[in-house]
Amino acid sequence: MSGSGMSGFFPQHYAAQKSAVRRLLSSPLNTLLSLVVIGAALALPAAGWVMLDKLQGFAGQVSGVQQISVFMATDAGKEEAAEIESRLRQANPGQWRFVAREEALKSLEETEGMADVAAGLAKNPLPDAFVVEAGDRGPETLEKLAETFKSWPAVAHVQLDSAWSRRLDAFLRIGALAVSLLAALFAGALVAVTFNTIRLQILAQAAEIEVSRLIGATDAFIRRPFQYFGALQGALGGLFALSLVAGIGLALAAPARELLALYGVAFTPGGPTLPQAAAIVGVGAALGWLGAQISVSIYLRRVG
Amino acid sequence: MISANAVTKRYPQGIEALKEISFEIEDGEMVFITGHSGAGKSTLFRLLAAVERPTSGSIAVNGQNIAALRRGAIPYLRRKLGLIFQDQKLLFDRSVLDNVLLPLSIVGLPAREAIRRARAALDKVGLLDRERAQPIALSGGEQQRLAIARAVVNRPSLLLADEPTANLDSESASQILDIFRSFHQVGVTLVVATHDAQWMARFSPRVLRLERGRLLGDPA
Repeated sequence: MSGSGMSGFFPQHYAAQKSAVRRLLSSPLNTLLSLVVIGAALALPAAGWVMLDKLQGFAGQVSGVQQISVFMATDAGKEEAAEIESRLRQANPGQWRFVAREEALKSLEETEGMADVAAGLAKNPLPDAFVVEAGDRGPETLEKLAETFKSWPAVAHVQLDSAWSRRLDAFLRIGALAVSLLAALFAGALVAVTFNTIRLQILAQAAEIEVSRLIGATDAFIRRPFQYFGALQGALGGLFALSLVAGIGLALAAPARELLALYGVAFTPGGPTLPQAAAIVGVGAALGWLGAQISVSIYLRRVG
Repeated sequence: MISANAVTKRYPQGIEALKEISFEIEDGEMVFITGHSGAGKSTLFRLLAAVERPTSGSIAVNGQNIAALRRGAIPYLRRKLGLIFQDQKLLFDRSVLDNVLLPLSIVGLPAREAIRRARAALDKVGLLDRERAQPIALSGGEQQRLAIARAVVNRPSLLLADEPTANLDSESASQILDIFRSFHQVGVTLVVATHDAQWMARFSPRVLRLERGRLLGDPA
């Protein structure tokens, strides 16, 4: 009952779907060429989007451990350090820990290549310091915090490690804009490709359309098989784009990991996630549907 | 069934195809529209099928005024009509059966029921044994009968035919006449545009005579 029941309930949709599949299969070369064009058009913005999304996740991760180092003056004593500590407790900027100058020297001695330098020092030149982990606050907040710390007594230097993260942030914003523009451009191209494919099909089926309308076919009935065709072609183009993006991701993964490892960053580029994959195929289908819709509507308006 | 009131159709070049035509056609009537070519028969046919709209006047089919019909309502009006065109408008890319199935797929009839009805219609016009054939392989008379089968498969109460026996030999034309008569006998309203004298001799029907867009001697 299920199969025949479906075709009984929606015989027109079922017939339209069948006709769409038949048309796709009836000219495999044309279909293949269309899919290559649609796939390539979708692949570029899709790849940009997937990569950008990964970078954004990565940027969020690193800005999540944003640090502000507050260095005391070298002649500051225990009282001054206690004063800063109490002020920090009041300001409550997140986690912090105190690094005593002796501790800092010890860690310098343990750092490879620095042991000789440390041993050659007559006295400890390092100051007491506080390392503040300000949580996932925005760059502006961090800057304000740093300004505040700088104004406190016996603080010699405040170092905020957010400059490069702001650069990354700005870069990602430009990247997002570029991907959006690219996506709009290629979405237009995809709609145009579908529009033209459907236009040629309509011309080939002008007789059937004319007769169907004369014997009572609604515009929706005329549009339906073309809409399914456009959506199906777009979805298949999306799948093709997806395989391209996954391929690019796979090809880039190893060299990118090596490059990033040189900067001491653990980051795996990888391919699209499942929701991203679904979105790429879905967008392909929606744009294909749109192209078909526009194409048939223009034709129907022209023939009156 | 059909009510025309002062219907005028003027084309952009200023040609008046119909001038102030008025007539009534009752349910179950058989009416012939005659006249020389260019008299306005085909224009009247196109108005009745809502392919075109009158320039002025009103023309009601099944109680719906064609002149004021919404675009979206036209398909539903046409589904209640059986239309037989002068050039038949068969689809040559599909079988005889598939041609007759087209109107049923448009109204969304389930496949099994549609095939049953299509075969019944083909049977009525004597083409049941040709259901797998391609229309191009049919004779002129058979093609016209196929066009009739497609027009009646939705069981319309009004059948409109434009020159259904033009270009047919007299034997084929005679078969067509018999088919129309059988529909008339079961109560279908029949409006046939023709200049074929054979019809008049066979039926002595009511005749609407058109001449240069005007209606002459309507005895009714």
